[in-house]
Amino acid sequence: MILAPVAAIGRSTLGGLAALGRIAIFLVATIAAMLRPPFYFREFLQALWAIGYNSLPVVALTALFTGGALALQIYEGGARFNASQVVPSIVAIGMVRELGPVLGGLMVAARVASSIAAEIGTMKVTEQIDALVTLSTDPMRYLTVPRVLAATIALPVLVAVGDSIGILGGYLVGTGRLELNAAAYLKTTVDYLTLWDVTSGLIKGAVFGFIVALVGCYFGMNSERGAQGVGRATKSAVVTASVMILATNYLLTELFFSA
Amino acid sequence: MIALSGLHKSFGANRVLRGVDLTVPKGESMVVIGGSGTGKSVLLKCILGLVKPDAGTIRIDGQDAASLDRDAFLARFGMLFQGGALFDSLSVWQNVAFRLLRGPGKRPKAEAREIAIEKLRRVGLKPEVADLFPAELSGGMQKRVGLARAIAAEPEIIFFDEPTTGLDPIMAGVINELIREIVVEMGATAMTITHDMTSVRAIADDVAMLHDGVIQWTGPVKDMDAAPDPYLQQFIHGRAEGPIASVR
Repeated sequence: MILAPVAAIGRSTLGGLAALGRIAIFLVATIAAMLRPPFYFREFLQALWAIGYNSLPVVALTALFTGGALALQIYEGGARFNASQVVPSIVAIGMVRELGPVLGGLMVAARVASSIAAEIGTMKVTEQIDALVTLSTDPMRYLTVPRVLAATIALPVLVAVGDSIGILGGYLVGTGRLELNAAAYLKTTVDYLTLWDVTSGLIKGAVFGFIVALVGCYFGMNSERGAQGVGRATKSAVVTASVMILATNYLLTELFFSA
Repeated sequence: MIALSGLHKSFGANRVLRGVDLTVPKGESMVVIGGSGTGKSVLLKCILGLVKPDAGTIRIDGQDAASLDRDAFLARFGMLFQGGALFDSLSVWQNVAFRLLRGPGKRPKAEAREIAIEKLRRVGLKPEVADLFPAELSGGMQKRVGLARAIAAEPEIIFFDEPTTGLDPIMAGVINELIREIVVEMGATAMTITHDMTSVRAIADDVAMLHDGVIQWTGPVKDMDAAPDPYLQQFIHGRAEGPIASVR
C-alpha cells in the first residue's frame, strides 16, 4: 500500500522508456526507408508546403512578440547594472541561439506533429495504411520519409525567418518604445553576432524538424482504434515532440557551447 | 488456388485463429461467414501479410507465400476494404489508378486516368465522379470506387471485406451483383468475408464458416441449407438459441 506511489512512478518510467525505445526503432526503420527507392517526390513537395510554408505565419508572429518582449526584459534587467546598451546584442544572440529554434520547434510541434499524427492515425483506423500495403506501397516510404525530410529541411528555413523577425521585433521595441538609437541598434546587432551563433540555431532547427515529423508519424502509425485512439495519438505526439525538443535543445547547447 | 493449413494467430491471450485449414480453388468464389469478432478479417489480413500468423502455411498456386517476392505477390491481389479505405487526399480517379501511377507497372498519367474512368464506368459511376474527392461521395459510391480500385490492375485474386456493411438493401444488392459479374468476367479467384446471408447467396460458389478459430463447415453454397451442422444452421437462420453462445 505504502509502495503504491513508488510503483506508479516505476511503471510510468518504464512505460516512457519503452516508448522511447520504440521511437528509436521507428527512427532506424525511417532511415532505412530513406536509403531505398522509390522516393515519392510529389508527396515530399506537398509535405514541404504543408509543414514549411503554412507554418510561416505562426512562427513569424511568435518570433515578433518574443523579440519585442525580450528587448523590454533585457532593457529593464540591464538597467540594474547600467547596461541597457546590451539590448541589441542580447536580443540577437538570445533569438538566434535559443528562442528562434526552440520556440519555432515548439510551435511547429503543436501545429505539425499534431496534424501528422491525426492524419496518419485516421488513415490507420480507416484501413488506408493497409490499403497502401495491398497496393504495393510501403507506408514508411510513402508517408513517413517525405514528411520527415520536408520537416528537416523546412524548419531551419522557418528558424532563419523567425530569427530575423524576432530581431526586428526587438528593434521595433528598442527604437520605438525604449528610444534606443536606430543606427547604433543595428550596428551592435551585426557586430556582436557571429556566424556560429546563427548556424548552431539552424542546426538545432533541423534536428527539431526531424523530431517533430518522426514523432508525429510514429504516433499516427501506432494509433489505436476509434476517435479516442486518434485523439490520444495526437496528444502524445505533441507532448512527446515538445519534451524531446526541449531535452535535445539542452544536449545540443551542451555540445555546441560548453567549453 | 489459395491453400491455408494450420493457420494460428493470437493477440495476447485472445486466440483468434486456432488452426484454419481452407482451400479456395482457382477461379472460384469463396465466402467466409462467421459472427463478429471470430477472426474473419484477421484471416484475410494473414493471407495478405498485413498480419503475421503465429503458425501455419499459406500457399498461392502451390508456392509458399512467405518465400515469394512481396511486391510481385501483392501485385496479384486486389482488395475491397470494409469502409472503402479510399485515400482522402487523392481524387477518385487517382485512388482508382493508384497502382497504375506508381511502382513497376507505372503508366503515363493520361492512360492511367483513362483506365480509371473505364473502371469507374464498369462499377456504374459516371466520368464526372473522377475528379471528386472521397469525402464528397455517399457510402455506396465509396464502395463502388473501392471496388474499381480493387480491380484496376486486373488482379488474379480479389478479396472483399464485408462488402455490403453499412449499405441499404438495394445498394447492397447492386454491390453483390457487381461483385458476382466482375469476378465471373475477370475469371478471378475471390474470397469474401461477410455475415450478410443475402450476400452469401449472391456471391458464393463455396461457403466456409469460421467459428472458434477453426473452419466449422465448408462446402458448395447449394449444400449449405441442407447441411446438418448445428453451428451453420444457427448462423444462417439467425437463431438466438443454439450451440453458438450469444453475448448480450
